[in-house]
Amino acid sequence: MLKIENLHASVDGTDILKGLNLTVAPGAVHAIMGPNGSGKSTLGHVLAGRPGYNVTAGSVQFLGQNLLELETEERARLGLFLAFQYPVEIPGVSNMEFLKAAVDAQREQRGEKPIDAVTFMKSARETCKAVDLDPAFLKRGVNEGFSGGEKKRNELLQMLLLQPRLCILDETDSGLDIDALQVVARGVNSMRSPERAFVMVTHYQRLLDFIEPDYVHVLAGGRIVRSGDKSLALELEARGYAWLEDEVA
Amino acid sequence: MTDFMRQPLDSAAAGAPPWLQDYLRAGRRRWEACSLPTRKTEQWKYTGLQALQASYAPASDGAIELADAGIQLPRYGGFRVVFVNGHFSAEHSDSRLPEGVTLVRFAEADETQSGRIREYLGSAVGREEPLFTALNDAALEDGVFLDIAPRTVVEQPLHVVWVSGNQADAFSINQRLLLLCGESSKVSLIEHFAGARSEQQSFTNGVTELLLEAGATLCHYRLHLEEAAALHIGRVHARLGENATLNGFHLGLGSVLKRLDVVVDHCGQGAHCELNGVYLPRGDEHVDYHTCIEHRVPHCTSSEVFRGIIGDRATAVFNGRIHIHRDAQKTRAELSNRNLLTSTQAEVNTKPELEIYADDVQCAHGATVAQLDETSLHYLRTRGVARADAQVMLSFGFINEVIDTVRYEPLREFLRDLLSRRFARDSALVGDVA
Repeated sequence: MLKIENLHASVDGTDILKGLNLTVAPGAVHAIMGPNGSGKSTLGHVLAGRPGYNVTAGSVQFLGQNLLELETEERARLGLFLAFQYPVEIPGVSNMEFLKAAVDAQREQRGEKPIDAVTFMKSARETCKAVDLDPAFLKRGVNEGFSGGEKKRNELLQMLLLQPRLCILDETDSGLDIDALQVVARGVNSMRSPERAFVMVTHYQRLLDFIEPDYVHVLAGGRIVRSGDKSLALELEARGYAWLEDEVA
Repeated sequence: MTDFMRQPLDSAAAGAPPWLQDYLRAGRRRWEACSLPTRKTEQWKYTGLQALQASYAPASDGAIELADAGIQLPRYGGFRVVFVNGHFSAEHSDSRLPEGVTLVRFAEADETQSGRIREYLGSAVGREEPLFTALNDAALEDGVFLDIAPRTVVEQPLHVVWVSGNQADAFSINQRLLLLCGESSKVSLIEHFAGARSEQQSFTNGVTELLLEAGATLCHYRLHLEEAAALHIGRVHARLGENATLNGFHLGLGSVLKRLDVVVDHCGQGAHCELNGVYLPRGDEHVDYHTCIEHRVPHCTSSEVFRGIIGDRATAVFNGRIHIHRDAQKTRAELSNRNLLTSTQAEVNTKPELEIYADDVQCAHGATVAQLDETSLHYLRTRGVARADAQVMLSFGFINEVIDTVRYEPLREFLRDLLSRRFARDSALVGDVA
C-alpha cells in the first residue's frame, strides 16, 4: 500500500529525514517510535504534503501512485489521512460544514453526488457518540476552543467519517488522559480491517497497550534504525533510546 | 460647479408645514455655501466622488409595483415600515405598531410632535462634514420620527425598509430617520436598504439620528444590500445618555460608491457601545466606512470590530477613530479591523485614529490586512477539500464570526443565508459557530 524508499526531506534548509525506508501492507498496524527531534512528525507532514517540507531525494508510492507528485487534497481523496498532533483551530468555519465538505470530497472522487445535509448531520451526530464527543461541538468552529483531548477526538471523528485507507496518527496519545486514550484506541481498533493500514507515531509504549501493533520501528537521526515486533516497544520502554542512538553512531 | 451641486431642490419644500419649510431653507443655504470635497480633503482621501458628477432627477413618488421591479421585501419578523424612493408606503407597511412606539412623518406631525422633532432633529449630527447633511437638510423627501416612550420594551424589532425603485433616469433620494429612545426603553431597529434592478442608477443620501436617553438600550442594524449601480452616502449618528447601551451592526455590500459615516457619542456616564460590521465589495465596487467613537465623559466603554473581504478589483476604506476627551477618565475602548484580500488587485486602506486626552484610560486597537491563513488552508486540504473550496470556506468563516454578533436570531439566519449563498455555502451547515 505504502512504499517509502530512501526518503530525504528538509525543513527550512535543515535535513530532517535522511534516507528513510518503510513498507506498509494493507491490514498492518505500524508503530514508529523514537526520541525527540528524530523526524517522526516530519514524516507525517511530508506524506500529507505540508508546504515548507521539501523532499530532496527518494520516492513514495501510495496505492500504485507517485504520492509526491500529488496535491495535498488528491492524497487525501486517495485515502491518506493524517491525524494531526496539533489540530488547527479555524474560527468561523463550523465543524459540521468542514466535515461535510471533507466527506463530499471523498464522494466526488468516487463519482458520487454530495451527501444530503440531513442524512449527513444524522450520521455525524451518531459518530460523535462513538468518540465520546458532545454533538454540540459540531456547531462550533473547527477545533475552536477545544481542549487537547477534544481536538484529538475530533480528529478521530473525521477519520471515522472519511474511512481512509491509510491512517497516520501523529502523537495522537499526547496530552490524553487514560479515559480519552481508551476512546481513541476503541475508535482505531474498530477501524482495523484487512484493507486499511495504520502508522502510529508515538513517544510512549502506553498507546500500544491499547492498540496492538504488528510492527514497531525506531526512528533516529532521520532513518529507521531498528524494526521488530511489539516486544521492541517494551524493550524501548525499559531501556530508553540512548543505546540505539549509540549503536547507530 | 458640477451638475451634482446644481441639482434642483425646490420640489421637496412644496406643501410642507412652515416649520419644515424653514428647516429645509436653512439646509439649502448651508448646501449652497458648500463645495464638493476632493481627494485633498482628508476625510475623502481614498474615496473619490467622480461617480457623483452627474445630474440626478428627483425620485418619483414611489408608486411603483415592487414585484415588477424585481424587489422582494425581506420578511424576518418584526414591525415593518416601508419607504419607496424615500416616500412612505402605507401599502407595504404594517398598519399597527407596538404600544409605546409612535411613527410620524415630519410633514404630518401635529403640534406636540413637531415640537419634539424640532427639539431633536439635527442634535446628534455634527457640523464637521456639513456637505451631505446640508443636502439632506435641504431636500429630505419624507423624514420620519420614531418616538419610543420611556420604559417601552419591545421584543420584536422595528424594521424599516428603504427601497430605491426603478425610474427612467438616474434619481436621488434624501432620506432621514430620527429615533428617540426614551428613558430605560429597550428596542431594536433594523434599517434595510434594498434596490431595484442592478443597472438602475440612483444616489441615496441617508441620515439617521439615534438618540438614547438615560438607561435606554438599542440594537441598531444597518444593512446596505443595494445593487451595484446604487450610490449611497450615509451617516448614522448616535448620542448615548447615561448608562445607555447601543449595539450596532453594519453590513455593506459594495456598489459603485458607498460611504458610511458612523458616529457614536458617549455623552452620559456609564454608556456602552458595541459596534460591529462587515463589508464585502467585489468586482469594481467601493465601500468606505468611517467610524468615530467619541468619549466625552468618564466610565464609558466601547468595543468595535469591523471585518472586510475585498475581492476582484474592489476597493475598501476603513477609518476608525476613537476620540477620548480630557474628562473621559476610566474609559475602556477597543477597536479591531481585519481585512482579507482575495485577489492581488483588491485594495484596502485602513487607518485607526486615536486621539486621547485623558490619562487614566484603557485603549486597544489593531488593524490587519492579510491573505488567507496557509496553515488553515493546508489543514482543510488534508481532508480532501480542494484549494478553491477551502479558500471560500475560510473567507466565509472570517465574517461568520461577526455575523454571530447579530442578536436577533431571524435576522442572523437571514444574513447567514444571504451571505452563504454569496460565498456558495450551504447555510444549514454553517450554523452558529459561537
